[in-house]
Amino acid sequence: MTSKQGHPGRASVSVAITGSGGAGVMTAGNMLLEAAAKAGWYGLMVRSSGPQIRGGEAAALLRLATHPVDSLDDVCDVLVAVDWQNIHRFADEIPLGAASVIVGDPDQGDPPEVYLASGARYGKLAMKATAKSIPGSWPNMVALGVAAGLVGVPLEAVKGVVASSLKKSDALAASITAVEAGMKAAAEFGDGTRLAPPPAKHDGHWLLTGNQAAGFGAIRAGVRFVAAYPITPATELLEYMAPALTQVGGVLVQAEDELASINMIIGASYGGVPALTATAGPGLSLMVEALGLAVAAEVPIVVVDVMRGGPSTGIPAKSEQSDLSLALHGLHGDAPRIVLAPNSIADCVTTTQWAVHLAEQMQVPAIVLSDQFFGQARAVVERPADAPYAAKRATVGANAQGYKRYALTDTGISPMSIPGTPGVTYTADGLEHNERGIPSSGATDHRKQLAKRERKLAQGDYARHWADLEGEGEIAVITFGSSTGPVREALARAKGDGVSARLVSLRLLAPAQPERLAAALAGVKRVLVVEQNHGGQLARYLRSDFEIPGEVRSFRQPGPLPIRPAALHREIVEWSRA
Amino acid sequence: MSTRKPTRKRAAKTAKRPAPKPVKQPAGKAVAKRAEAPPRRGAAPRTRGPGADAARSVAELMSYAYALEAEAAERYAEFAEVMEAHNNREVAELFRKLARIEHKHSEQILEEMGWTSPPRPPSTGYRWEGPEGPETADITDLHYLMQPYHALQIALHNEKRAEKFFASLARKATAASVRKAATEFMDEETEHVRLIEEWLARTPKPAKDWALDPDPPAYHD
Amino acid sequence: MSAVPAPAADAPKSAHTAADYKSDYKPIWCPGCGDYSVLSSFTKAFAILDLAPERIAVVSGIGCSSRIPAYTSCYGFHGVHGRSLAAATGLKLARPDLTVVVASGDGDGYSIGGNHFLHACRRNADLTYVVMDNHVYGMTKGQPSPTTEPDWDSKLSPGGTGLRSFNPLVIALAAGANFVARAFAGDPNGTAEIIAEAIRTPGFSFVEVMSPCVTFRPEQREWKHHVRPSPVPATDDAAKAARRLMTDDGFNIGVLYKGDRPPYQPPMGKGRKTPADLERGFAI
Repeated sequence: MTSKQGHPGRASVSVAITGSGGAGVMTAGNMLLEAAAKAGWYGLMVRSSGPQIRGGEAAALLRLATHPVDSLDDVCDVLVAVDWQNIHRFADEIPLGAASVIVGDPDQGDPPEVYLASGARYGKLAMKATAKSIPGSWPNMVALGVAAGLVGVPLEAVKGVVASSLKKSDALAASITAVEAGMKAAAEFGDGTRLAPPPAKHDGHWLLTGNQAAGFGAIRAGVRFVAAYPITPATELLEYMAPALTQVGGVLVQAEDELASINMIIGASYGGVPALTATAGPGLSLMVEALGLAVAAEVPIVVVDVMRGGPSTGIPAKSEQSDLSLALHGLHGDAPRIVLAPNSIADCVTTTQWAVHLAEQMQVPAIVLSDQFFGQARAVVERPADAPYAAKRATVGANAQGYKRYALTDTGISPMSIPGTPGVTYTADGLEHNERGIPSSGATDHRKQLAKRERKLAQGDYARHWADLEGEGEIAVITFGSSTGPVREALARAKGDGVSARLVSLRLLAPAQPERLAAALAGVKRVLVVEQNHGGQLARYLRSDFEIPGEVRSFRQPGPLPIRPAALHREIVEWSRA
Repeated sequence: MSTRKPTRKRAAKTAKRPAPKPVKQPAGKAVAKRAEAPPRRGAAPRTRGPGADAARSVAELMSYAYALEAEAAERYAEFAEVMEAHNNREVAELFRKLARIEHKHSEQILEEMGWTSPPRPPSTGYRWEGPEGPETADITDLHYLMQPYHALQIALHNEKRAEKFFASLARKATAASVRKAATEFMDEETEHVRLIEEWLARTPKPAKDWALDPDPPAYHD
Repeated sequence: MSAVPAPAADAPKSAHTAADYKSDYKPIWCPGCGDYSVLSSFTKAFAILDLAPERIAVVSGIGCSSRIPAYTSCYGFHGVHGRSLAAATGLKLARPDLTVVVASGDGDGYSIGGNHFLHACRRNADLTYVVMDNHVYGMTKGQPSPTTEPDWDSKLSPGGTGLRSFNPLVIALAAGANFVARAFAGDPNGTAEIIAEAIRTPGFSFVEVMSPCVTFRPEQREWKHHVRPSPVPATDDAAKAARRLMTDDGFNIGVLYKGDRPPYQPPMGKGRKTPADLERGFAI
């Protein structure tokens, strides 16, 4: 396969478009992603910005590829800077290589030394002046044109996207002229950053964020009530769900705080309506108390935690996998719960859908550990396969003789009575209770109810989705969530080096599945545990609740920077040769 | 000069009977003197209106009489349950007995009137002088360590109120038939007062420290 | 005496009696506690309204008063401390067909649950909120609550908290409650009528019930000598109601304010689209 100019084209190209407030770099980035999607490529875009609400420096970080991508690459191939105001602050997030191309506006000064030091080629394009010469156009359209040109996204695809977002014809014509000007300029900067052609068949791709994906998965499973408090980076999940729920006959309520939001969904679910809330670490901390109530009163709920840097307020708009310990252990009393983690943006649909199903089936709270990277990344993905997961709760009919809400059944699952059903009223209680729900501090009731609540978690059908297992070999990498993308990419590269290894990406984190993991690791001599946090929360959990064979190493890196494939690749290859 | 009404607290302080002080027991002391609040009674609060007007008919009078007895029976039955739950079986049994007596009175009224079911209350509810019927015991008069003597004091107080209630109806009655019936009820209540006074005389008086509890209250939720 | 017909009933007969709403689980409140009366007012109010027990949910938090749900034959929810209004709001918004009544106390409702109280008033969902106020924490053995007098001595706050006590009715009014009433546990019938009226009134109805604690505040037995029916009828003028409430002595019983703000109820169950329809929004 070759591109127009005869260059074979690359499987993946990373692009950053930067500028200060008002430059419109996010709009340009989104349009580039959409145009690439229209043309059949995959890709994703994440956003980075300064602390200002308006006017701060901003960067749209894109990765476009011929295959689905779930992580950022090691190097940014193209940096288009509308201006350089404080853009040096993004240096860690925009690592350039000698083969990278910088396009800057010479009227805005020279690129910061930190970028030039990479040896990247610097091309000049007077974006502001160009835009000024085309009345009604904006510099970001010139930036869009140059970025599209460098990557090789066809003009027609860009035009289509611009046309669908700009209704006014004057602005539309001017914008397209500006895009064309940018594209023309790109041709002068060489074709080393062009993508290989997209796959021939690309029907059915979706463009969405992980937050939207999780929200959609919840609705697909049957969630019809959401109460939540705004919090970065979960807010977009709620913003997606608010109108979507209304359309399907549900509601979203903005609560006064996270304590209220989780108690509201417990109330709604007690009323028989599948319910969910979404939050981030600070909110999850507040919800811990009511999670225990949902455990004790056996009320199914789903909490999506879009993790961000912690502790405390931490780093709100950056990703980190550091709420794992809280999700696994953060309740008082013996409180079995379900903890799941999607391992790709598309998987946010399926895993959230599964979470609703499991929560409803077993009448427990389920925590879904998404993160800022998934949540706020906008990606082109394959349409997730339809999964057979729906909210299906065991309920009791009217006037059932001798009904006991918390009956000690073999499975531990006892049919729930939904308010409105005559003859089977009961009181749901956070106090320990007997089978009828009457408060009891008796040793026998406590022991039996604890065992019941633990036992029912064994009923989940975990076989298919508990983990993604890939590859062969005596080395295994165990990871979860958004670290899976870079691990998968690192393993693919290692394979190219002749090093084969297994990937275990845990989707079901609790209840622990030690037997399943032992089977997956049979014959393994070395295990690398990869996670994005400082304390090694997954590694510690694996040590405490699982038997891990052979030598175990922990690869951990806190946010805000993403784990990049190169570091992992190096680690795996070096260890395999040690 | 301030014309402000007394605050709730001030009003409580100026009450005729000084409120018993809440017990403040330094931690570690073996004996906590619990609230020494013998079942006490006083003027019922006038929360409902001017009190029962003169009954316009015998039927109306009888429906009041029925409600009075039925309400009293119900309250004694509740008291019996409360005392049972708090392991005071002797008093529980006494309240159960009182409940049975009042229930019997109410049944007698139905029988007398040939009513097959209890009369329905007026839409505005019964217009008692206080919030409840004059024979209905006040819920706050209970104490978990109370003794039969206290329970009988409650009953005596209630019977006296009932007596007064019917006396007032007899006085206000314009129809001779109503006056006659009200007087009959009054006489019955007078007899009840006498019976309970006798019963009280046979019942041992509680010792001064009847409310002493060496242990502090239990913690719950 | 000859048989005469019972007086003509001008009230439609309820198919339910108060006893229909009582469970067989017996209360553990101290003998003499006002909450016994409030429980009976709940059941009487339900009978007045002739509601089927399974159409009612009684929701509570933690504390003496919050034990009420299990003592009824209705659906009950005994949740965590201070959060009853949140759970009730979720239930009501998800299930608008149910009658949702919330039971709380001065600690549960005004201290740990204070924020939810403000927002429930302002949200104005169709809930009835009954707070049994005895100016003390009973379940934890007698600590001062937000409504406790500043000089009330206790082990936890020797010599008193020195803090001004909270005025829940004025706060409810200011925060937007649509119905504000004060009741007295010693008047179970009157309280039942107020609760019934509160349930009938759409929107957030707040009923503060003075409910004596005979164990930690035995002096509250005297309340019965001080309460009186409010000398003026309920007003629909919030400013007037606020003025009355700011200046009354705390012993006026009755419905004090009744507005006509429409309740908050998002359109649950109205949308007709399917997830397959939503999916199209993601297609490229």
